[in-house]
Amino acid sequence: MSKNITGIAASSGIAIAKAYRLETPNFTVEKYDITDPQAEIERFEAAIVKAKGELEQIQAHALRELGEDKAAIFSAHLLVLSDPELLNPVKDKIKAEKVNAEYAWNETTSMFVAMFESMNNEYMKERAADIRDVAKRVLAHLLGIAISNPSLISEEVIIIAEDLTPSDTAQLNRQYVKGFATDIGGRTSHSAIMARSLEIPAVVGTKCATAEIQNGDVVIIDGLDGQVVVNPSSDVLAHYEEKRERFEKQKAEWAKLVHESTVTSDGHHVELAANIGTPEDVKGVLANGAEGIGLYRTEFLYMGRSELPTEEEQFEAYKVVLEQMQGKPVVVRTLDIGGDKELPYLDLPKEMNPFLGFRAIRLCLEMQDMFRTQLRALLRASVYGNLKIMFPMIATLEEFRQAKAILLEEKEKLQHEGIPVAEEIEIGMMVEIPAAAVLADQFAKEVDFFSIGTNDLIQYTMAADRMNERVSYLYQPYNPAILRLVHHVIEAAHKEGKWAGMCGEMAGDELAIPILLGLGLDEFSMSATSVLRARSQMKKLSKTEAASFKEAILSMSTAEEVVAFVKQTFHIE
Amino acid sequence: MAEKVFKVTAESGIHARPATLLVQAASKFNSDINLEYNGKTVNLKSIMGVMSLGVPQGAQIKITAEGSDAAEALAALTDTLAKEGLAQ
Repeated sequence: MSKNITGIAASSGIAIAKAYRLETPNFTVEKYDITDPQAEIERFEAAIVKAKGELEQIQAHALRELGEDKAAIFSAHLLVLSDPELLNPVKDKIKAEKVNAEYAWNETTSMFVAMFESMNNEYMKERAADIRDVAKRVLAHLLGIAISNPSLISEEVIIIAEDLTPSDTAQLNRQYVKGFATDIGGRTSHSAIMARSLEIPAVVGTKCATAEIQNGDVVIIDGLDGQVVVNPSSDVLAHYEEKRERFEKQKAEWAKLVHESTVTSDGHHVELAANIGTPEDVKGVLANGAEGIGLYRTEFLYMGRSELPTEEEQFEAYKVVLEQMQGKPVVVRTLDIGGDKELPYLDLPKEMNPFLGFRAIRLCLEMQDMFRTQLRALLRASVYGNLKIMFPMIATLEEFRQAKAILLEEKEKLQHEGIPVAEEIEIGMMVEIPAAAVLADQFAKEVDFFSIGTNDLIQYTMAADRMNERVSYLYQPYNPAILRLVHHVIEAAHKEGKWAGMCGEMAGDELAIPILLGLGLDEFSMSATSVLRARSQMKKLSKTEAASFKEAILSMSTAEEVVAFVKQTFHIE
Repeated sequence: MAEKVFKVTAESGIHARPATLLVQAASKFNSDINLEYNGKTVNLKSIMGVMSLGVPQGAQIKITAEGSDAAEALAALTDTLAKEGLAQ
């Protein structure tokens, strides 16, 4: 029977395929006596061999898809399964206590997990997760339970999961994964951002996808309207096949705009840029005709590894991006770590309130060696394209001045060493802390540009954690309070002859675009896949007309009122 | 028995990757090979043993090998440590 589940549309498009549940089943290990220890040990060894075989396949996949760096962890996992200090005690236990292999394995691995977890070092604690991961794989074979190996999928599927973590997504095979639905998450959660960069339809935050969908069910993911349909009737299926076709046609129409510039119907040019996380994303940026990169999130260079990236590694990454963009602007945000993005190897203490804690520029100004390494790499790369640098989480002018002074110091040092650095590098800041937005008129005198980071600006202004579903109703991009802040920042920039951009999710939103155009925003930076849709919309809008509604919108009292007004005025469904 | 003392030069000490390389190298030999750091001794063929030591940069470590191919084992490990820039 056909079932409908509503969630949050996270990545546009329609996908139809069989469900593949990504899960870690609950393993219950019982203890029982055995009579033939030798046979039990052989059963144990067979499970180890099977687990190793799987790991080798996953390793080969990771090597192909993600490179040597990411695949290295699986060499360590394989060694765990050859570790005499782990295997021998298990065999001894089976022999001496005449107990089943599952029990002996579970007891022994738990001991190691506990040992690593008790260490006073985040990095070591992470290793406990590695052991748990490997232990589970062996246990699955002993118990005869199938566990998910997303990297081994070999037919077209829709992934159904509670949530997708970065390591889950790293294992996904892009050729076969056609879409996904998750129980939790919102438009800005990792899984949603990932789906947009992979350009696969996704619906997140369904609350019940894993409860309602079984392996092999036929699933439709409607990433346009946030619907998931399970086992559709032939009528429903036909409807969605038609909808998919329409969407593909529209996409083909948009594709014709790839090489056009973004000019409104009354002749104003605005810049449509894209957000990226890694140099590989540049392909998508160019394919979608973005006019620049409005946000390069450099923290991905620092994540998923065990030590800081060297200056050389960073230089290479920045250089590749700048060269591929061929003189188009590339705004690089310096390291924004902390908050929900941790680096285990920095060994920072846990915080009660990480989003308000020691993160981003606060951390960089304190850990200056790390910061200077990044700035040197950026400055050296600057001669390969049109580089602009911005600092995240600036709250006070002193922070901006200090960060800028360090940047100029490093620039001077490099020039002194005879290393070429571009003459003109614009230095700007993210506006994501309300204090900075309010004081934008003062900041505008000292920065070259602003980039408004709406995801954080909204959560800080509304004092609502965007990851917390119970307060997600407060995540209101159209709240007049937010729009007034945005307006103030744009005005402040223009008054000083500077430009203002936006690099949050809001910049690519169909409803937000006419408002932001009217408020005078100069640069819109969004997921690469939103660029063409935005360009097609922008070409039909008149900036003069959009600006004429500015006063009316800014004097409204609720988000609801704004949304209703914009929908009606600009004929958006 | 063969033994040798090293000073760890790797920036983040003997973390997962260096530990993997060492254990892989040690596992090729028959000899019993141990790693000593800070008064603790572990089996160098055990990845978890090696990682549990949490050897940091600047640490003094001692590798001992005992068995028919002890000398070759120590030479191979010395080579790995030098080639990967882990210790000298």
